[in-house]
Amino acid sequence: MASVAQGSVPRQPVSEAHRAAARMEAFVAWALAGPAFFLLILLLLGPTVAVVVMSLTDWLFGATSFNWIGLENFAAIFGDRSFWRSLRNTFVYVGIVTPLSVGIGLGVALLIEAGTSLRSFYRAAYFLPVASTLIAMSIVWEFLLHPTVGAVNVMARALGFSGTHWLQNPDTVLPALALIGTWQAIGLNMVLFLAGLKSIPRDLYDAAAIDGVDSAWERFRRVTWPMLGPASMFVVLITAIRSFQIFDSVQVLTQGGPAGASEVLLFSIYREAFSYLRAAHAAALTVIFLAIVVTLTLVQARVMDRRVHYG
Amino acid sequence: MATVGIRDVRKHFGPVEVLKGVSLAIEPGEFVTLVGPSGCGKSTLLRIIAGLERQDAGSISIGDVVVDGYRPKARDVAMVFQSYALYPYMTVRENLALPLVMRRLDRWQRLPLAGRFMPGTREIRATIAAEIAQVAEALEIAHLLDRKPAQLSGGQRQRVALGRAMVRHPQVFLMDEPLSNLDAKLRVQMRAEIAELHRRLGATFVYVTHDQAEAMTMSDRVAVMMGGELIQVAPPRQLYAEPDDLRVAEFIGSPKINVLPAVARGDGAIDCLGLALPGPRETPGARLSLGIRPEAVAAVPAGTRECWHGTLAHLEHLGAEALLHVALDGAGRVLVRVDPDRAAGFAIGNPVALRPDQARLLWFDANGARVRPGGRLREVARG
Amino acid sequence: MNARALAFSTFRHAVLLAGAVVMLGPFVWMLSTSLKPPNEIFGDTLTLLPQVWAADRNYGAAFTQVPLARYLLNGVIVCGLIFSSQVLIALPCAYALAKLRFRGRQLLFALVIVGLMIPGQAPVIPLYLMMWQAGLLDTYAALVIPHVCSVFGIFLMRQFFRTVPDELIDAARLDGLGEFAIVWRIMAPTAVPALLSFGIFSLVWNWNDYLWPLIVIRTRDLATPPLGVVFFRSEEAGSDWGPLMAGTVVITAPLVVAFLLAQRRFIEGITLTGVKG
Repeated sequence: MASVAQGSVPRQPVSEAHRAAARMEAFVAWALAGPAFFLLILLLLGPTVAVVVMSLTDWLFGATSFNWIGLENFAAIFGDRSFWRSLRNTFVYVGIVTPLSVGIGLGVALLIEAGTSLRSFYRAAYFLPVASTLIAMSIVWEFLLHPTVGAVNVMARALGFSGTHWLQNPDTVLPALALIGTWQAIGLNMVLFLAGLKSIPRDLYDAAAIDGVDSAWERFRRVTWPMLGPASMFVVLITAIRSFQIFDSVQVLTQGGPAGASEVLLFSIYREAFSYLRAAHAAALTVIFLAIVVTLTLVQARVMDRRVHYG
Repeated sequence: MATVGIRDVRKHFGPVEVLKGVSLAIEPGEFVTLVGPSGCGKSTLLRIIAGLERQDAGSISIGDVVVDGYRPKARDVAMVFQSYALYPYMTVRENLALPLVMRRLDRWQRLPLAGRFMPGTREIRATIAAEIAQVAEALEIAHLLDRKPAQLSGGQRQRVALGRAMVRHPQVFLMDEPLSNLDAKLRVQMRAEIAELHRRLGATFVYVTHDQAEAMTMSDRVAVMMGGELIQVAPPRQLYAEPDDLRVAEFIGSPKINVLPAVARGDGAIDCLGLALPGPRETPGARLSLGIRPEAVAAVPAGTRECWHGTLAHLEHLGAEALLHVALDGAGRVLVRVDPDRAAGFAIGNPVALRPDQARLLWFDANGARVRPGGRLREVARG
Repeated sequence: MNARALAFSTFRHAVLLAGAVVMLGPFVWMLSTSLKPPNEIFGDTLTLLPQVWAADRNYGAAFTQVPLARYLLNGVIVCGLIFSSQVLIALPCAYALAKLRFRGRQLLFALVIVGLMIPGQAPVIPLYLMMWQAGLLDTYAALVIPHVCSVFGIFLMRQFFRTVPDELIDAARLDGLGEFAIVWRIMAPTAVPALLSFGIFSLVWNWNDYLWPLIVIRTRDLATPPLGVVFFRSEEAGSDWGPLMAGTVVITAPLVVAFLLAQRRFIEGITLTGVKG
């Protein structure tokens, strides 16, 4: 075989031509990918590295000079009560939104799939908040939660409760914001669960029925839930990641108030950087924010990997 | 072992009538195959027997019990699915255990952790484990018990699916195209294994397939379904030799039966492409079809009298036999099965004569119904 | 069995309808309030329809007090510019990553993966500095430039291109097409469904983005829709809800209407967020 190939065509020129072709392909490839590569560095990776570098300085917006101060920013942050409050608030918010929106999203998806009538109406109704502009809807919620004319309090009074100024009361402000966040997140989780439910083969339910699994609860426990398991882990994590980035409703509705009761991490960063102009301090906060989100994302990537192997 | 009685079962899906009144009595321990082209309603019928689908009319009985209102669990049937439908998140052991766990343990004993401490759980779990071991042994999957289905080959999954059906010794096994996801070689092997399994278990088997070869090789009786109706139910040999309907004749047998047009003559004989053949007495001019199997035609030297004449268009050597494709001089093609040694005497493009075996002619009327010699007369007399 | 089925169906609809009322309530109330005069808004009874229709007053006020139409136009311009540049930049790169062999491909793909993990808010401070240095603050450019290169778009299109058979590209090469022509004449048309989903994803994401416009835009006329609503609200100082609700209706309407018209595509596009986070 080899001798035939060598005999018919001289070896050297072939490999020379090959190398030239490979060089050409590499050149073309870089011409195609180059702009994206350049912009990726310039607009995302570079600035992210810059944030980390900036967090090691004492630079203020507009200042002409700065000093390297190592981890002092972080030391200051970790010694600051208001940072811990902001972090705690963020986690409380995530802790309310994630289980509620995942649980309700799953329940709604199960109920929608359990019947055939009005499926697309329900799907659209529950998804509508996801497709709408959160800022605008936050303002609508502010009106709904208005202490005197808001629909929530009017209804509460009609039922004999006194109601409260939800967004000005330090006890209720965070749950109220979390309620808005949940309202907005349910639809996406529902759709993800619906996709998960659709991918469960019908045969499995038939086999289970023959094997003696015949109550709705047993069907859920023996087939639906184990088949949905990896998907639900994934839904929990992306909901956590998304709700961790809570900013819009806080900035518009409460400005972190009253008295810091709704101060969350991204809002602290925004205020440090763009109100107090303490750029380096804000950068250090950003590094902490980034670390948490990246950790969650890595966990999520692992879960996705596992799901692929699931067969 | 139990009888399965199917009485006038009907089923609609929207405007489509998939079962148009099907009746069939299956004997205890019998292996019956429902065979037909896809969409003929055979899988729907099987699902109705299992209780996975509800019929619009008619009734199903298993043993002597009418099971129409019963859930699948209460019918004491097991089913093997085309996709195997193994639970992917359970090990093979857990897959095999589920049917027993669901039947023998009550709701409290089944609880994930607390169930273990309920009285009796331990003993029942132990017997379940022993039975699983026994079935796994019989199917040669004992070494796979701790794997998950994704880690098994197609053939191994097939065995696990069979095992899950076997563990609880049901009266009736239902099988929905269980071999169609296997490659051709494995399919032939599993065919034999399932037939053997049937003999060993002695249970009633209802088997659904679109593959006539599977139906012919495994069953005691074959039920041919088309368009939502049972056309003929008979043992394989009889189905092949004495089909009641042209569609059955064409569906059963490979290579396919030859079908030739024919016209009844005044003198009682039937004219088929210029050859007068003995057949049923029909009114002169009536149009008929002649069905004749490839082995019921003999290839003889060109020019022989009382024969069809044509040229050899194509020749297939299949090892144990050879197939001649003969283009008839008038119109149409006839397939002839010959001994491979004799095939050497024929050359493509040469003329050849064909002589039908007059004892193996199958006549069908214009509607495709079988007409036996003299049969039509009796019918007329009765009407 | 039939009675049970009926009972379950009733339960299903009862629960889902109750939930749907809560989900749709804010939209209904927004619409209803935007039609009411102040005395009805401040009244102590809840009515869906106004006794005296005040739609003209509220919507008239909304459109004259703030440049609502301008906000919507800004949204369209900014999102349009962002999406077209994202396609222009991501598509060739995705093709190279999926189908060409070259040194540095692994590195580039690794960078894309790293980029996927970084939340959009992380690089905000340096980006602001860059815009400031370049003198671009308070311009369309400041709104568009940081978003022109979508790592997610590159990733998504690369995954899609990997499913396109190599034969298609080889056939195109034999037909004499160059690599650039292959990207735009062969790959782009096959990618239209994926691009549509990505387009909806990009549109919803950038239309709703609030943090970045909040930082770089000061001039009222350059505001994107979300920022516009907030400008409107601060001018109103929370006293006159009628026009403000009319404003939110106008700002929310485009996406909501688009969603209702193309539900399937929208859900597909937005669920991509699930992958992006």
